[in-house]
Amino acid sequence: MPALGADMEAGTLVEWLVKPGDRVKSGDVVAVVETQKGAIEVEIFLEGVVSNILVPVGARVPVGTVLAQIDGAPGAAPPLPLEPAAAALKPAPQILAQAPPMPAITAPSSRLKITPAARRRATALSLDPTMIVKGTGVEGSIRLADVETYASGAKLAQRPAKKGLDLSQMRQAIAAAMSRSKREIPHYYLTETVDLNAALTWIERFNAEKTPVERILPAVLFLKAAALALREQPQLNGAYENGAFIPSSSIHVGWAISLRGGGLIAPAIRDADKKSLAELMGAMRDLVERARRGNLRSSELTSPTVTVTSVGDRGAESVTGIIYPPQVAIIGFGRVVTRPWVVDGRIETRPLVTVSLAADHRVTDGHIGGLYLAAVGRLLQEPDKL
Amino acid sequence: MNTPQANAAATRMTYREACKQALREALLSDSRVFLMGEDIGRYGGCYAVTKGLLEEFGEERIRDTPLSESAFVGAGVGAAMAGMRPIVEIMTVNFSLLALDQILNNAVTIPHMSGGQFAIPLVIRMATGGGRRVGAQHSRSLEGWYAHIPGLRVLTPATVEDARFMLKGALADPNPVIIFEHVMLYNMEGDLPSDMEKVDIAHAKLRRAGRDVSLITYGGSLFKALEAADALAAEGIDAEVIDLRVLRPLDTKTILDSVAKTRRCVIIDEGWRSGSISAEIGMRIAEEAFFELDAPLRRVCSREAPIPYAAHLEDACLPQVATIVAVARELVRPS
Repeated sequence: MPALGADMEAGTLVEWLVKPGDRVKSGDVVAVVETQKGAIEVEIFLEGVVSNILVPVGARVPVGTVLAQIDGAPGAAPPLPLEPAAAALKPAPQILAQAPPMPAITAPSSRLKITPAARRRATALSLDPTMIVKGTGVEGSIRLADVETYASGAKLAQRPAKKGLDLSQMRQAIAAAMSRSKREIPHYYLTETVDLNAALTWIERFNAEKTPVERILPAVLFLKAAALALREQPQLNGAYENGAFIPSSSIHVGWAISLRGGGLIAPAIRDADKKSLAELMGAMRDLVERARRGNLRSSELTSPTVTVTSVGDRGAESVTGIIYPPQVAIIGFGRVVTRPWVVDGRIETRPLVTVSLAADHRVTDGHIGGLYLAAVGRLLQEPDKL
Repeated sequence: MNTPQANAAATRMTYREACKQALREALLSDSRVFLMGEDIGRYGGCYAVTKGLLEEFGEERIRDTPLSESAFVGAGVGAAMAGMRPIVEIMTVNFSLLALDQILNNAVTIPHMSGGQFAIPLVIRMATGGGRRVGAQHSRSLEGWYAHIPGLRVLTPATVEDARFMLKGALADPNPVIIFEHVMLYNMEGDLPSDMEKVDIAHAKLRRAGRDVSLITYGGSLFKALEAADALAAEGIDAEVIDLRVLRPLDTKTILDSVAKTRRCVIIDEGWRSGSISAEIGMRIAEEAFFELDAPLRRVCSREAPIPYAAHLEDACLPQVATIVAVARELVRPS
């Protein structure tokens, strides 16, 4: 069970898309897992033949649980480990959808509090008791009556489709991640105002020759500049875990997407620094569309090494972000505004954007952050090189 | 207080009177039966249960003993081995500790050690429990200790009918039986059905049927549980009350059936919580009815301290109706 978010502790296996005997290759979607962020497609990162499905549909298992076994994968262990203790110590290449580098916390408090009778009833009704938000039993436990109430309610109003997003759950997930961030991460904040005259002029020219589908938005330039500047300041790109910063050799930018009806998700645009502007635009469109459909892939949620948020035309002038753990930085672009600006000793009207950086003070200091923002500003002055 | 089930054709009497009638009946029906104990003859018994029996049956059969529990319980064991049907009274369970060696090492062990050559049809009656403001050395509830011992049958009559008829079953048992009479019950009146001749000494009994929570108890706490059930009913909570009646061997089935129905359980036991009969009952439920449970198991026991002499402290120490109501309510309608 991959950790599909910093605070995810367990997930429910909703659907298997492979069966024993199926051949799989890296990138195949093999299962659908329901998390607080909705239904996520789980990818596989190795080749082989599915030999054993270990977690049945409907089961809720902690992060790190082996979901299935793959034979023929390089260095694959015997199908069934004889000594569970020893096997648990080995990195298991047969694990489907490798657990990303996030701590798999299974704190006792996170355990579902449900009475034995209620659990048995839920099983008999094929209900997922984790869907019951509030228990009315002792210490808030889910008890029999809660299961019955939920079951009768579920019959009346068919629960949201498996593949949809549960916004109240997402709210909880955001709450958990952001609370953890504010609790644990000593943020520092820097802003820089950048003249977009050159960038917007260039975009206008670029788009003039293109069909509507091929046109790009200023946000694409922001994304590319933010990604390229990270090459200069690699200490802002990576994860802070177990008391140490682990830099990432790749720049996978989590692109913050707000969802209709509320909620926020930041799936990754992989290797954003290496993609062309057209590729980035395509990736952005695709992600927005799939995020709003609730159709993201597991790797897209787990792989961001940094987050970029751009508030667009309708947003505020500047945004001061909260870092998404275990990342160590979030870069924000405010609304583009036209303001007086001093150019060569004269006041001119210029389109300006406020670029902000919230960074983890355990990893970097303001000096690094300042250099980074300066680099973003510099890169945006030469849009043709982006 | 009343026994819960009134009967049209019934005789009203006290629990004490029921105990005495049981003894009289035994003395009249079997010449092997005799009574032995401290102050049971001339004084009429510490709780006046045997009052008048000396005059009726004489010194041979109603025997006052020296203040030596070990000696007269030992004599009872010997008499039982020799074919008599002794009924030994120990004033209260608190003093039975002096006789524990006779009970454990002889009464329950000799039938085993002799390969069944000897049966020990000994009946021991003891008063138990607190509430009479008589201090720590007279107020304990140690029946749970005896329920630990294989080879003993432990009876806890709570109603007039059980006080009246459990003795008959106990005398018919070829093995040692201890009957615990709660000190707060002697003055209780109840109706004895006139057509009743015996009760079983193997099963717990449903004293009040309910759907929401099982109150499992025995002896002096039965009436507290029934009162609590009335109070709960006024709040719309339907409590079931189980009277264990027999602490050993425990009637596990009746307990489990009740819990399977209500899915919630409060065990009320005047013994101390740690290592108590309530612990045993709770564990059996956990072992055998775990998946039936819809709430944690709860207990109302005596505070783990010597029972105080002062009235307000003694009341605070023992299980009380208000506590039972509060604990049961919290299981059914958590605040």
